[in-house]
Amino acid sequence: MAWWLWAAGMAVAALRTTNPILLIGLGTVVIAVGVICRSKAPWGRSVGVFVKIGLFVIVLRVLLQVVFGQRLPGHVLFTLPAIPMPAWAEGVSIGGPVTIEGILVALVGGLRLGVVLVCFGVANAIASPREVLRSLPAVLHEVAVAVTVGLCFVPEVMGSVARVREARLLRGRPTKGFAGFRGIAIPVLEDALDRSTQLAASMGARGFGRAGTTPTRSMRFLSRTATIIGALLMLLGGYGTLTASGAIPGAPLLLVCGVVALGVGVASNTRRSTRTRYRPTPFGLRSALCVVAGWVPAACMLASAHLDPASMSWSPYPLTWPSVPVLATVGVLLGVAPIAFIEPARRREGVEIAVRPTRAEAAA
Amino acid sequence: MIRFAATSFRYDDAAPWVLSDLDLTIEDAEFMVVVGPTGSGKSTLLRLINGLIPHFSGGQLAGDVQVGGRSILDTPPTEFAGTVGYVGQDPAASFVTDRVEDEIAYAMENLGIDPMAMRRRVEDALDLLNLHELRDSALSTLSGGQQQRVAIAAVLAASPRILVLDEPTSALDPGAAEEVLHALTRLVHDMGLTVVIAEHRLERVLPFADRVILLGGDGSVDVGTPSEIMEFSPIAPPIVELGRLAKWTPLPITVRDARRRAHALVECLVERAPHAEPSRNHKSVASLDKVSVSYGSLRALDRVSVSFHSGSIAALMGRNGSGKSTLLGTLAGIVRASTGRVEVAGHDPVGISAAERIRLVGLVPQDAGVLLYAQSIAQECATADREHRLAEGTTATMVAKLIAVEDDGRHPRDLSEGQRLSLVLGVVVAPKPALLLLDEPTRGLDYAAKRALGAELRALRDDGVCVVVATHDVEFVAGIADRALVIAQGEMIADGPARDVVAQTPAFAPQVAKVLQPLPFLTVDEVREALWAES
Repeated sequence: MAWWLWAAGMAVAALRTTNPILLIGLGTVVIAVGVICRSKAPWGRSVGVFVKIGLFVIVLRVLLQVVFGQRLPGHVLFTLPAIPMPAWAEGVSIGGPVTIEGILVALVGGLRLGVVLVCFGVANAIASPREVLRSLPAVLHEVAVAVTVGLCFVPEVMGSVARVREARLLRGRPTKGFAGFRGIAIPVLEDALDRSTQLAASMGARGFGRAGTTPTRSMRFLSRTATIIGALLMLLGGYGTLTASGAIPGAPLLLVCGVVALGVGVASNTRRSTRTRYRPTPFGLRSALCVVAGWVPAACMLASAHLDPASMSWSPYPLTWPSVPVLATVGVLLGVAPIAFIEPARRREGVEIAVRPTRAEAAA
Repeated sequence: MIRFAATSFRYDDAAPWVLSDLDLTIEDAEFMVVVGPTGSGKSTLLRLINGLIPHFSGGQLAGDVQVGGRSILDTPPTEFAGTVGYVGQDPAASFVTDRVEDEIAYAMENLGIDPMAMRRRVEDALDLLNLHELRDSALSTLSGGQQQRVAIAAVLAASPRILVLDEPTSALDPGAAEEVLHALTRLVHDMGLTVVIAEHRLERVLPFADRVILLGGDGSVDVGTPSEIMEFSPIAPPIVELGRLAKWTPLPITVRDARRRAHALVECLVERAPHAEPSRNHKSVASLDKVSVSYGSLRALDRVSVSFHSGSIAALMGRNGSGKSTLLGTLAGIVRASTGRVEVAGHDPVGISAAERIRLVGLVPQDAGVLLYAQSIAQECATADREHRLAEGTTATMVAKLIAVEDDGRHPRDLSEGQRLSLVLGVVVAPKPALLLLDEPTRGLDYAAKRALGAELRALRDDGVCVVVATHDVEFVAGIADRALVIAQGEMIADGPARDVVAQTPAFAPQVAKVLQPLPFLTVDEVREALWAES
């Protein structure tokens, strides 16, 4: 959980700046942390995958800019043959002069998106998304279960596709083209339906959705409403704060209200839940530090934007080397701090840690 | 205590009754085995115990089932989660999470067990089923046997009073099956659990059973100790058949019982031991030459060299995950060898077109039903003819030879397990492949269906087909195979006449061989023939 919050902080920091040096710094820090802390489980490989996706996004962004992008004025690199568009599609242009400035803007835009993606990938590599779902508050339990089952479903469908494909190969049937697709899709769907009923039965037989101490109707209504409204307010407030364009007045206030409402909703619901958790990931000092480290860059960026707005947003007019704001750079570098206390992510992997009795067990 | 009171059930109003007027009491701390031919309602009976039927299946239920004093009629299955642990036929389909440890804790989380206690119980369950090393593994990476053990651990951890298992050993190799059954026995004896188990392979479970429920398939139900039931049961393991043949009373249930009484029989048979048939020299149909297959870092096959001959049945045995299916896959051209050369009738099965391949090699995969997809038997045969470019009716004739189809408009799904397998077999052998491969064909088959399958395979062999069967079923191997091969960790560790290989390997020895040691008898039929020849 802490790692996901850490990654969210880093992503927010990336969204707050268009300074390429800061972005590259953020990207490097995130990847470094990811490579060092990632887990050995299959999802640990997602750092590499997401770095590749990030690079692809950058390349794609630049390509799109070259072919379709806005024609920014500046130093012309080369000119593509322009295709005149009809009046109703005036906003779109194809071809035309390609400028260094245009490419740079696209590069930075792509970089920003790429860094956000890498943040997500790194969080994914350190702690599986399922782990995060496990630590969601009880009010969201049903949602978490649905998402978990969905996550299991993808590899299962892949397995099912492989099985059916193999069966068709054995009977000498086409596995490609439309006929192949139809022949594979239908049995796979049948399989999926079969599986979902079996899964439902299994979950039922193992106590899912047991009646606990039933809360009063009004209480449940309150907790649900509070949760939903809180989440909405947080979304609005968060958006307002991030864009900083003043589109939504009083955004920070909204954010705070949202957090409070969400808290009320979650707390009122947690009390009624009779479920318990197996080895919940503890949220201790280490995790807190990890989260703080993740949000330091974002805070530094905000502060630095206040002090010196020009250094945070870089534009290619005129074409100059971007300046390096000291405060923000230090902030970005602090994001690497969790490496110093990486143990939490390792906890579930180490066998000798796993069998060590907890203090209470040892006492008993 | 589980009490069935005048229980009748059918899946819909028009269907015949699966169970009718069942009166039955299962006591606490009893190891109960449910036996009966396919379709006699074993699974239905098991699923009634925690109310999965009728709450998840629908259908019409008359009478009542009381479990621990509560009726399943007004208690949903979730409320039984703490009392009844249910493990279905396909454990992989019941997994809710993706890691071993989480899966074991899942039911307890739902039950609201105190985290401290939960932690201890997970450790206990891991110990009991020997899953310690796998605790952090992803469920999707486990072998069939391991998955089965995880599924059992997962219901066990919630400490139910009753454990219900539907064919828990059908996917397991003999060693792993023994392990699971021993663990269950320990639970009954040490912790007073009630275990109710449905199983086709009686030779595996009968020695552990306190009582047996025999479902006749015609609505008759008999309950009694194993030796009482086996007096008249139409379904019996080889050891009981041997006992009947030798007229031993009471009938032996374990190898030990039989062995103690076998002196006279052994003496009378000693002169009549079957001789190893001289190996008939047939031409090689398929061969592997130093073939290795790797999946990532896993070596599924390691420099295997072997050849298979026409007119013979070879049995491929080995632990779960030892590489049997991979070997069949390379022969069938669906798995590419990393190194080495594969040859089937002079061709590389991966390199040729699908249409050519099906004339060379046919594979009946583990889950045979996946090969079928038409809406009726007739349609299935017709499409097979068209796609395999055979004369119209070839497949239908072949299928008719294997199963008596009274109504070929039926959907393949509605057939029994054995009939479906025969249909698949018919479709696969219709193009007359020289090499026929079967992966675990006896899973879910009762003794009658197995005997029928054995006869079908023997007929194919006599037609000159080269048959290779990968299986855990030692009794089946003893009955049909000419040659046995054992794979361990991707390496071929034994290869020879079935009689020698099977008798040398205790884990793979059939019951008759264990009883009549050192005589080289493998099946009851052989003993019967020998006795006949004498009289």
